[in-house]
Formats: sequence, structure tokens, C-alpha cells
Amino acid sequence: MFVSFFYLLRQRGLDVSLNEWLSLLEGMEKGLHRSSLTGFYHLCRALLVKSEADYDRFDQAFLEFFKDVPYQGELPPELLDWLNHPSEDLGRTLEELKALGFPDEKLEELLKMLEERLKEQKEEHNGGNYWVGTQGRSVFGNGGWHPNSIRVGGTSQRRAAMLVAGERKFRDFRKDNTLDTRQFQMAFRLLRQLSIQVESNEKVLDVDGTIRDTCDNAGTLKIRYQNPRKNAVKVLLLIDSGGSMEYYADLCSMLFQAATKSNHFKELHTFYFHNCPYSEVYRHPGLRWDSSVPTEWILQNFDSSYKVIIVGDAAMNPYELRETRYDWSRGEYGPSGLEWLTRIQKHFPYLIWLNPETMPKRQDYWSQTHWQLGHLFHMYDLSAEGLELGMKRLMVRR
Amino acid sequence: MNATFTGTSQYVASDELMGAVNIAITLQKPLLIKGEPGTGKTMLAQAVADALSKQLIIWNVKSTTKAQDGLYVYDVVQRLYDSQFGTHGVDDIAHYIKLGKLGEAFQSENQVVLLIDEIDKADLEFPNDLLWELDQMEFYIPETKETVRAKQRPIVIITSNAEKELPDAFLRRCVFHYIEFPDQAQMAEIVRVHFGDLDGKLVSQALAAFYWVRQLRDLEKKPSTSELVDWLRALVAGGVEPERIQKEIPFAGVLLKKDKDLRTLQKNLR
Repeated sequence: MFVSFFYLLRQRGLDVSLNEWLSLLEGMEKGLHRSSLTGFYHLCRALLVKSEADYDRFDQAFLEFFKDVPYQGELPPELLDWLNHPSEDLGRTLEELKALGFPDEKLEELLKMLEERLKEQKEEHNGGNYWVGTQGRSVFGNGGWHPNSIRVGGTSQRRAAMLVAGERKFRDFRKDNTLDTRQFQMAFRLLRQLSIQVESNEKVLDVDGTIRDTCDNAGTLKIRYQNPRKNAVKVLLLIDSGGSMEYYADLCSMLFQAATKSNHFKELHTFYFHNCPYSEVYRHPGLRWDSSVPTEWILQNFDSSYKVIIVGDAAMNPYELRETRYDWSRGEYGPSGLEWLTRIQKHFPYLIWLNPETMPKRQDYWSQTHWQLGHLFHMYDLSAEGLELGMKRLMVRR
Repeated sequence: MNATFTGTSQYVASDELMGAVNIAITLQKPLLIKGEPGTGKTMLAQAVADALSKQLIIWNVKSTTKAQDGLYVYDVVQRLYDSQFGTHGVDDIAHYIKLGKLGEAFQSENQVVLLIDEIDKADLEFPNDLLWELDQMEFYIPETKETVRAKQRPIVIITSNAEKELPDAFLRRCVFHYIEFPDQAQMAEIVRVHFGDLDGKLVSQALAAFYWVRQLRDLEKKPSTSELVDWLRALVAGGVEPERIQKEIPFAGVLLKKDKDLRTLQKNLR
């Protein structure tokens, strides 16, 4: 009975870990639920729910699980009994889990079982994307769950959540408030290159210099200051917009927010393009002509010290990549998208490509551009983990 | 540890909040409190300390605060100064180790209440840097090769305004409670605690006006409990007739702090 409540909570998208569950057990053993359902409700909520945004979801799950329990009247004896001796039920289950040692196959089974449950749930609730979003999360949340209560790192879990959600829609996820920019921001932190700031006005204490000079000065304190060290990384963000990327609009905006929020970059410039950067890129995601900037200008004005992050799904019609384009303003054929990309790649030695879609296993007509570009560029998944790998790549020259 | 928290004469706590506090105390976990500004998150720690008659140690977190600051600071400069004048005790590094708020709470002979206020103000890494210390209630000072261990596990209360998301690992170790905005009946109780003998008519009129203002749409910053208390004080001091309150909302500047909000109010009053 107890364990099924645990599953229900996870299924409803509450990321309850075994650690917290054990705390709950401990709390019940200490009588903190005061042998009442209301007390139990409060105890559960305080220990298992970590954000007011999840309160409602918890309430729903709780109601669903305990819906047969009469609220006004006496608690049924079985329930009272269970509330009073929770440890037997839970303890046994834990023992079982531990005894199993959770080999990988078991995980597989668990996942399969959960998936089945999720299917059921969808029919019952027909909540559409909302539930789908949370399901993706809870499935893998379970995957990372281990009897030793060591969770597989949050990063990979989040990554999986994104992958699953990628098969559906991202925009509902955002409303759902489950993905946050925190992990993206953390990844951007890796992009740090400290250098002495010459032009800065504020000075910091130079400890080594002070010690040295004080010694030279026969022990009378002589304080030395130096210019502070600041991040010198300059970033150029090129984002694919429109078409197949509509799908990932929110994910891209999250990345953009994370990049702007982590204001430790010396410079951050963002430009947009569709499919490929051709002779023009744009300052706004709407790609209107009045916000256009010649790609040539970018190559001339941003030197090779800029770190370039291209975000795009690299999915397009092959001719959009390979064929030369007729340039109306000049009345002649200009370079193809591929040629522009290679020029950009040559110009910027620090360059990565983030792709919201994973690399296809096999090459087919629609994924051939993805395939080709994936082998041409350092391509990473647009996920917390992929971003982290990408940032590490950006710190070293090609 | 049988101490239970039941609110104080100065602080009105809902049953749920009291429950959460007691859960945190019994399970010896930090209590994380979130809620609208002005719902008494910071006051709670004071109330808990008063109710259990324990000392309260407040660690105010700012954007520049590092986790290390809460543990200890090694005052190198003071030591350098002292070394020049040959004052005694320069050899003794321990002399120059100043414990931070967390260290202070650990060192205390009696159990204390430690308030870590507005933890979300600090750097992203800040909560993670405190995981071990809050879990094990100890830390190591390499300079003196000393381990500071809590003599009595302090009751830790952490408040957050949700300016930044807190890391999962940190959240998992906390008991969480969200303070809801009090309803009118609770608010009347809170007002009674603050003012005691106030004209019942004035209070009911003021509360009605207050909740009316709060439900106005387009308000950027809703007035909170602390603003209501200030406003009531202003109403009493200004000797405002209770009948006028709802019609005119005098001293609206005490309730609303933004020009735009005041304009919105004027528009709705007409």
C-alpha cells in the first residue's frame, strides 16, 4: 500500500527520492503524523514536496490515492493500522529492493512497467501534453533510482527528460515549471578564462605582492594592489529560427536566457538564421529584413578569439545546404549554405554546434544534412550534459 | 528532543506551519521556508527561538556571501599587523580564526536556532557548498587542523524568496514549507497580536479595504502583512474615521510602493 503511494507520486511527476521516503518513514516512526490522515498529509507534503508549484500536483495525487477514505468519519481500521505501523510495509519492500541489488535488467523492467502505467494514465486523464511532459520526467527519474539511494546525477536525468520531451512538445514543459535554466547556467560557468583587467578602476589586494614587499620593507606592512582578474570570454551565439526549429523554440529561449543571465561573459552577441547562415543573418528571431546583418560583416568584425555556439537542428532539404543561392541584391549566384558554414568554421577556431535533436542512427533523406553537418562540426546535444561537454570543447582550440 | 513549537503571543502560525517546524525539529533537518514577501518568514525564526527559549543566530545572506564566510574567517591582515608590534599570541593561529555564524551555532553549548536568511540571494553554488556542513554539522579548519563539530545540533531555518532555483541535492535534505498568504480571519488574529486593543470597526474596515486592494488586477507589488501593519498604525495615528477607509483608502502610499500601482488604485477608486 505504502509503496504504491510512492509510485503514484513519482508517476504524477513529483521527483521523490528514496532518501526523502526514508525520512518520511522516520517521521512516521516518531509519530509526527499524529496518527491522523491530515497529519500524514502534512508530514508527506513537508518532506516530499520541495516547491509550492508542486503542491497542487501533490494534492491531486494524494486525493487520488486516498479518495475512498471518508474524511469526516472515523478512519478505517486498516488505514489506521497502516498509519501506525508503516515500517513493516515499507521496510519489507526496501529489503526486497536491496536484496535484488537492482541489476540493470531490473531497471529495464521497472522502466517497462512504468511505461505501461503511463499509458494507462494517459487514457484516464487525457491531460494531453501536460501529463506527457511530467511522465517523461518520472520515467527516467525512476531509472536513476537506486536502493543505495545514490541517484544518477541530476544532469543525465534532466537530459533524458529533455529527450523524452523532445518527442513531444517543449512549450508545455515550461508552463509546467519543471525545467529550469539553472543547469544551463552552471554549464556556461565552465566557459571562463580569467585575465588581468588593465582598464578596470577597482583594485584588489595582491597578497603575494604585499607579503614580498613587507619582507623587503623589514617587516613594516606595505600593501600592494593589483588589477582584478575577470572573465575574458567573448561569445557569439547563432540560433536557427523558424521552420522545424519552432518545435524547440522554448528550449532555445531557455538557452538564450541562461546565456544572458550568466553575465560573466565579456561580450555576448546573438544572431539568428534559418536553416543555414547564408549571406545574411538577423538580429531578431523574426528574421525580418530590417534586422539583417551581412554574414560577411560578422566575419570581418568578430575576430577569431570569439567562441561561437551554433544552435540548430541541421534538418533541411539537402538543396538548401548544398546548392548555390541566387543573390537578388547582387544579381549573381552566391555561395551555398555549406560554403558559408565552412567559412564560419575556418574563421572561428572555437566553434561548437548544439543540436536539439540527437544524431540519427541511420542516414535517410531528411536526416542527411544533419548527418553531414554532424561530421563536419563538433556537434553536441542541446541538453545540460551536451552543453557541458560543448563548453569544455570551446575552451580548447579545435 | 521533546520541544514542540506552538506559536507565540507575538507570532501567529498556522497549524501547517507549526507542523512543519516540529517535523524539522524532530527529524533534525533544515526547514526551508518560502512565501510571498512580508508573510513573516524571517519572523518565524525569532518566534521559534522565543517559544523554545533558545538563542537565535541570524546569518544574513547577500549576493557576495560565500559559504566559507559562515564557517570561519582567517584574519591574516590582523596577524600581519600584530607581528610587527610583537604583541603576544602571534604564534597562535587559532587566535586569528574568527568563526562565522554557522561556526558560532556549532560552538554554542546550548542548542540554538540558526536562521539562514534569504539563501537565494547568494551565488548559484552557495547552497551546494553547505551540504556537508548542514548534513554532518561539522567542518574542518586546515589552518589549525581542528574540526568544529556541533555540540548541539542547531535548529536550522532557511528562508528563500525564490529569486534563484535551489539545487536538487540541497532541497532533498530540507523540510519544505510554503507560507500562504493569510486569509481574512487569520489576518484579524495577526492584527490582534500586533495591536491588541484596536477598534473592531476600524480593523474590519481596514481589512476589507486591504483585501480589496490585494485583489486588484495589474498590481505589480501586492501589499503584504507588514505593510498592513504599518498602514493600520498610520490610520490610528491619523485618527481616520472607519467609514472613510474603504471609500478613500487614506495613506495609500504606505500600502503601495510603486507609482504605477498607486495610479491603478486611483483609477479603481473612482
